[in-house]
Amino acid sequence: MNVVAALIAVIGMVILVWLGVGVLKLYTLFGVVIPYAAFLTFLIGLVYRMVNWAKSPVPFKITTTCGQQKSLPWIRHSRLESPATNFEVFLRMALEVLAFRSLFRNLRADLRGRKLYYGSSKWLWLGAILFHWSFFIILVRHLRLFSYPVPGPIDLLDKVDSFFHIGLPHLYLTDVAILAGLTFLLLRRLVDAKVNYISHASDYFPLFLIFGLVISGMLMRYFFRVDITSVKELTMGLVTLHPKVPTGIGLIFYVHVFFISVLVAYFPFSKLVHMVGVFFSPTRNLPNDNRRVRHINPWWENVPPKFLTYCEWQEKFKEQLESAGQPIDEDCYKEKKES
Amino acid sequence: MYNSNKVIPGIIIFVLIVTFPIWLNHGKAVSAPKPILPEGRCVESKEFMRANHMQLLKEWRVLAIREGMRIYTSSDGSRFWIGLQNGCMKCHHNKQQFCDKCHDFASVKPYCWNCHIPPETKEFGTAKATRLLKLFRIPVDLREGAKPKHGEHGGHGEIDKGGEH
Repeated sequence: MNVVAALIAVIGMVILVWLGVGVLKLYTLFGVVIPYAAFLTFLIGLVYRMVNWAKSPVPFKITTTCGQQKSLPWIRHSRLESPATNFEVFLRMALEVLAFRSLFRNLRADLRGRKLYYGSSKWLWLGAILFHWSFFIILVRHLRLFSYPVPGPIDLLDKVDSFFHIGLPHLYLTDVAILAGLTFLLLRRLVDAKVNYISHASDYFPLFLIFGLVISGMLMRYFFRVDITSVKELTMGLVTLHPKVPTGIGLIFYVHVFFISVLVAYFPFSKLVHMVGVFFSPTRNLPNDNRRVRHINPWWENVPPKFLTYCEWQEKFKEQLESAGQPIDEDCYKEKKES
Repeated sequence: MYNSNKVIPGIIIFVLIVTFPIWLNHGKAVSAPKPILPEGRCVESKEFMRANHMQLLKEWRVLAIREGMRIYTSSDGSRFWIGLQNGCMKCHHNKQQFCDKCHDFASVKPYCWNCHIPPETKEFGTAKATRLLKLFRIPVDLREGAKPKHGEHGGHGEIDKGGEH
């Protein structure tokens, strides 16, 4: 059901564009207004989310660790698994963001007969890394439509990506990789009963949306060609803030643009926000130095808590302690008398 | 806000990266290229050629080079000779004013010219008088009457041009 709802939503978008552009000829709405609105939603939405997260206090230092923490000088500590300084936190975060280290520890649990087996499973990591890196490279590559003259590195990336000169226009390797990654990520949710059980429509929707985005882009490049010069005229109009809509660009281009607009606008309100959320994870962005640096709970800034010493606590509950036959620490009274 | 010394620079970096294309092109007015079109009709419609010419050229390459088929029958039934230099460039003879206009704009670098020689640069310019050539006293201009057409080949070209007048 979740799958069907998400799929219908994405197919509905294609129909919407077909009605809006194909029938009603609303070129400016779909070529300029919606992309601008989506971009602003993305920008303002994500900044709002970041400010909101930064306003949330972190009461405890809850670094997740899986290695020897820094203690005595002759015990070697695990710099990445239990970072002790901000630099080590930076290293761990960088590897997490760029190489998905924590996903590399992914395990699977399977029942074989009546026995439960745990085992290493790198497939999710592989699918995720294929998908994310391809998506990133594709995004950077698209700068060739958003810059003039095109910077050298973007050109170089384009050349490397189409290195094998398969077909014309040359097949991009990242196009193949992102399809492979997406297919795996989707099949995983559909085939694996355990993952299927916990998948919502909001898990399928971004997958179908990105599938639609990739497929419309690939169709446009390799099969139903559109005039790239007019496309760049439109995209350059957008980035130079002098929007114009050249005539004669195929419908599929507007489908592609609508997909990316929806994806971008959906970003701040969905699980996709993990793009910036990863940097705000208290389990990952704090050094594990609890034993050296005292973490002051930010709640205490305005309302300092009243701490009780053991003696004060004992005094408070003295009757209950005595009636329960608990021993009373006499030292508390000695010190009082001395002082 | 907590940790604003880290969060605010982070947000600024994020905004700068996301808006990169806008400030990269700030204040530029980029107009669409206007390639010079020859009179007459092309093998297919203008709209089709604008979007699909590269795929047609690839099809032509396979037909001409691999299958030896030199006749193309267009969608309206007319026949054309298949060839880049003896076909397309008979009308679109100016590479700079036609091909390069849009290719530069869209940052496309077709590899046609790895093998083909565009018509107007058929005559080779003189080589640059590099230090190495001078060192071994190799004459730069070996061919009689070979003169660079556009004077694009550094200082040496200009000297030749002077001689021409």
